[in-house]
Amino acid sequence: MRGCAGLTAMAVAIGVAAFGAASPAIAQADTQAEIERYRQMLQDGNPAELTVMRGEALWKQKRGPKNASLEQCDLGKGPGVVKGAYAELPRYFADVDAVMDAESRIVHCMVALQGFDKAEITKKPFSGAGQRATDLEALAGYVVEESRGMPVNLPQSHPKEIASYQRGERVFHFRGGPYDFSCASCHEGEGKRIRLQDLPDLTQPEPAKRGFTTWPAYRVSQGALRTMQWRMYDCFRQQRFPELQYGSQTSIDLITFLGVTAKGGKMDSPAIKR
Amino acid sequence: MRPDWKILAGGAVVLAGCAAMPGSVSDAEVTATIKSSFAERGIARLDRLEQSEMQRQCSAYSGKELPASVKQGIEKAALAAVEYPADGKYLGDWKEGEKVAQSGRGLQFNDTEKTVAGGNCYACHQLTKEEISYGNLGPTLYNYGKLRGNSEAIVKYTWARVWNSHAFSACNHMPRFGAAGILTEKQLKDVMALLLDPESPVNN
Repeated sequence: MRGCAGLTAMAVAIGVAAFGAASPAIAQADTQAEIERYRQMLQDGNPAELTVMRGEALWKQKRGPKNASLEQCDLGKGPGVVKGAYAELPRYFADVDAVMDAESRIVHCMVALQGFDKAEITKKPFSGAGQRATDLEALAGYVVEESRGMPVNLPQSHPKEIASYQRGERVFHFRGGPYDFSCASCHEGEGKRIRLQDLPDLTQPEPAKRGFTTWPAYRVSQGALRTMQWRMYDCFRQQRFPELQYGSQTSIDLITFLGVTAKGGKMDSPAIKR
Repeated sequence: MRPDWKILAGGAVVLAGCAAMPGSVSDAEVTATIKSSFAERGIARLDRLEQSEMQRQCSAYSGKELPASVKQGIEKAALAAVEYPADGKYLGDWKEGEKVAQSGRGLQFNDTEKTVAGGNCYACHQLTKEEISYGNLGPTLYNYGKLRGNSEAIVKYTWARVWNSHAFSACNHMPRFGAAGILTEKQLKDVMALLLDPESPVNN
């Protein structure tokens, strides 16, 4: 599937039949302006709000073999503190002696507090297009909502936090697979565009802030709330890599690399994207 | 004789890259971590994570200046391995080439061996004035043939460029459409026609 098929179709759907215009450059500029206008129109109502509400209910509900809620989950700011936690993740957790991102930590709490089976709950972490959000997506939506407006501030004091960042930076530049792509192929360097889709330079603070603070996001083209784990997963699909595992070390390392670069950005998620 | 500092400095970076950058994680740790983080799915096997020498070197210098010796080594090896069409015919059908240029399908873990891969040229290049949805990761190719003609030298250069772009600019980010087996010989010929045929919209 080509990444911009939806975008092109959308541009046509909203009446930008600029294909017959005299100059390709002008037609393209018009189309991009219309896409930007469409993005702004989307900001009016975000269907993710419903998913966030369901996530909050799931968080507080007694569930699982241990019939417990997630209210005592420690997301890094102490048991029971959800407010502001997402903006400081991934971080090191002494109880598991590892760095975890928000989604891995939610899974950890579901296993440790509620007694769920890890393999079972992570078997299908992402919903299909137009389907109801998975429990993990809803919970991630709730947790990130509780950090809205907070500055991104990942700790980088524990050696494992520093190592995670360093590995993340290396993975970002790791070229492999039949297309020889790395993350950097598309996301290093200014002003890059694939078809009409702008590609953020994720090695730079400002674009990294915009990226980090707006995931999870409701994707209109897919009718679904997509999380940061999904974002990494789907980039690697397009890179022609094998399947990135949910909560894997590489996923956490890349999110750490992005989040540290995004320091100081204001969380604004769940966002809504085309 | 003055020493070539670029080459010397490059050698030092190669050595550092093989061991560990100061205060950084080792190559072995990075590779092991990556391998533990992916699972095979469909056509996307784990051997895709085994880097070729070119991939390893291009990763090590990603975002940095490529030392002249490394650059020349990659380009020479790439050019020497280009396979030209056995029948000596380079140009197919530009209309089919346009379809290849539009399609971004193929080789993803949700594709199958039967999925016909595309070249996805428009993702990165402008090619025709009709298609305004094009990317800018590569240079514009509008009027490619009109500007260069179709001498034997240009035709063979263009074939090699698409077969393995590293033959002329090491560590650039264009996939090796021939060398990596992404497109078939027929598809490559059709793309060649899209670029070089005087009737192609690329040249009109």
